[in-house]
Amino acid sequence: MEGSGRPYVEYRKVSKSYDGKTTVVDDVDLDIRKGEFLTLLGPSGSGKTTCLMMLAGFETPTSGEILVDGRSIQNLPPRKRGIGMVFQNYALFPHMTVGANLAFPLEVRGMDRGQCRERVERALQLVQLEGFEHRRPGQLSGGQQQRVAIARALVFDPELVLMDEPLGALDRRLREEMQYEIRRIHKTLGVTVVYVTHDQQEAMVMSDRIAVLRDGRVEQVADPETLYEEPQRSFVARFIGENNRLHGKVMGIEGDICEVFVGGEIIEAIRIAPCQVGDAATLSIRPERVAVSPKSGLYTNEMVALIEDITFLGDYLRLRVTVCRTSDFIIKIPNTVGHGALLAGDKILICWTPTDCRVLDPETEGEGE
Amino acid sequence: MSEIPEKEAGRPGSGPRPGPRPWSGPRLRAALLVLPLLAFVGVTFLAPLANMLVRSVYDPVVADALPETLERLRAWDGQGLPDEAVYEALAGEVLAAREDRTLGQVATRVNRVQSGLRSALTRTARRLRNVDEGPWSDAMIGIHAAWGETGTWRALREAGDRYTARHYLNALDLQRDPEGSIAFQPEDRQIYLFLLWRTLLVSLGVTTLCLLIGYPVARLIAHAPPRRANLLLILVLVPFWTSLLVRTTSWIVLLQNQGVLNDMLVYLGVIGDDGRLAMIYNMTGTFVAMTHVLLPFMVLPLYSVMSAIPRVQTSAAESLGATPWQSFWRVYWPQTLPGVGAGCLLVFILAIGYYITPALVGGSTGQLISNLIAFHMQSSLNWSLAAALGGILLVCVAGLYLLYDRLVGIERMRLG
Repeated sequence: MEGSGRPYVEYRKVSKSYDGKTTVVDDVDLDIRKGEFLTLLGPSGSGKTTCLMMLAGFETPTSGEILVDGRSIQNLPPRKRGIGMVFQNYALFPHMTVGANLAFPLEVRGMDRGQCRERVERALQLVQLEGFEHRRPGQLSGGQQQRVAIARALVFDPELVLMDEPLGALDRRLREEMQYEIRRIHKTLGVTVVYVTHDQQEAMVMSDRIAVLRDGRVEQVADPETLYEEPQRSFVARFIGENNRLHGKVMGIEGDICEVFVGGEIIEAIRIAPCQVGDAATLSIRPERVAVSPKSGLYTNEMVALIEDITFLGDYLRLRVTVCRTSDFIIKIPNTVGHGALLAGDKILICWTPTDCRVLDPETEGEGE
Repeated sequence: MSEIPEKEAGRPGSGPRPGPRPWSGPRLRAALLVLPLLAFVGVTFLAPLANMLVRSVYDPVVADALPETLERLRAWDGQGLPDEAVYEALAGEVLAAREDRTLGQVATRVNRVQSGLRSALTRTARRLRNVDEGPWSDAMIGIHAAWGETGTWRALREAGDRYTARHYLNALDLQRDPEGSIAFQPEDRQIYLFLLWRTLLVSLGVTTLCLLIGYPVARLIAHAPPRRANLLLILVLVPFWTSLLVRTTSWIVLLQNQGVLNDMLVYLGVIGDDGRLAMIYNMTGTFVAMTHVLLPFMVLPLYSVMSAIPRVQTSAAESLGATPWQSFWRVYWPQTLPGVGAGCLLVFILAIGYYITPALVGGSTGQLISNLIAFHMQSSLNWSLAAALGGILLVCVAGLYLLYDRLVGIERMRLG
């Protein structure tokens, strides 16, 4: 199948509702390519885990269907899907040793002992836990348990591995270490991984592509860079990385550039969302794309901003300013000579290019994290 | 409590340094606070237990009443009849015992060794008042022929032992034959071993039934949504809170010959009116009622263990390719073993000493060993035998406990 255009996993208009009223997953269309690392990213309640569980077979879609390798898996019970799964709290079997945990999927498939042992050893090597066969899960640290869980999901050579927030229980440092570890394993084996997380940074570090979910719908699917640089929806812009939002009204459209009236100023911005003159719109600007201008007349978008406070973060400064009658506007400027003179209460001239400022679908003011 | 100072002393590096004095200040106060409970347990539990166990091997009544006779009997070789001196001593002591009103107790005890001797003793004591002088042997044999038999004297000598294994032998249907070696009682007098065996089997059966019925119930409760789980748990607990007597008698209403179940079966035509099933006042009744009464003791420990098993474990097993049976047998069941062990041990120990239910619904074929213990405590007043039976029961339970500890490990038991 590889290389032949057809995606490995296909969600076709998949919806899920538990009570018939509220839909947890709403009409999701999603393609997952063979061998890629795809992350379902979204806040809690966005339906990402449900999406995963439907693929694993622990939930059934209310409507729509899921295809794997071109075949519908609707009527296959989880055990026949051959999908490796890493659960949130590892779900290791506490009464079995690490070796027995790993051998379990092989034994239920009727594999003979010698082959079993060989596979188990190989899997332990993969997660760098050689010599831990005879320990019990309870005697391992969280990170080690995590590795065992991953090894167990991989030991029977599944083509597809699902991970449901596997790093949620680990502390920050360990989490970062495991992110690279999982990434390394994915590269080594070339399996298809579907990964669920609510941590956008984790998603950025690990994924080939990210599907951002919100309220059961897929907002955007793209690689991390595209997602950051070219968000198609204001939710995505807000959810991925830091982002300033200005709410205004479209005054004029010229090709790709809109003129938007925001808090007494006219701002030129690139049009992403389909909008017409008179529509409400939300502008999205990344804090690092805003410059403090030494003198006026350099840029199209120039505004006077009042510095509310300054945070010194070593390599850069983080300014919180009020601009266009919007407070909490964040600017990040590199800590180069000359900026040390800025003080809270100063008025400065800030600017940005129209292409760094995107007109997205309107969000009601105050909506957000 | 003496452990604490020992541990202190055993700590490395604490050797020469004077540790805290063992019974100073707060520690003493803590010990004093525990004291009432210890005393309570001692007085209400340990003392009676020890008393009963002592009673099963120690019985001084006969020895105290007939010291001289027994002293002289010791010289007797056990063949033929003892000499005149023994008769004389016995005559004197029997009369004295009659005066002290202890003769009845003595007679009862001797009678237990060999039946028929009660009347021999009491009649002899009554009639001897009219005999002024010897030879005593002739007079006594004249009063009761038993005094002319070797067995009588052997029995008397045996009954005179202060410390005796007689009651334990008795409780195991054993006895000492005339040569002094241990042998089974005549077949028509063997009842205890059979009853003990029956008690063990019934307890085992009830435990198995409770496990078979209780396991699915516990699992259902443990994995139901919280609100429904609460309701189900209450349904299990309501009978638990109901008086044992009420529950047992309600089974009588249901199962008796003219009871609800039989009436229904007859009404439905499953059985004829003359073919009503005997479901109570026999083993069936004991089984049914005991299982019902003891079920909560199985469900609760199982429930507590099961509710601690995350449901994702089953999902994980399934995602790894296990069939539902493999997932249950290899992943779920082993994790519930501590609860199974606790529940079984609890039900078994309670069942083995069960008394009220078999007494009420057991009829004659559904009686267990504890009913016999109660009989010896209350009716035959053979407390020594009751104590011996109780002691054997205690040994059985302790043995099972140790076996469980060896197989599963007591520290893995979870009661909830």
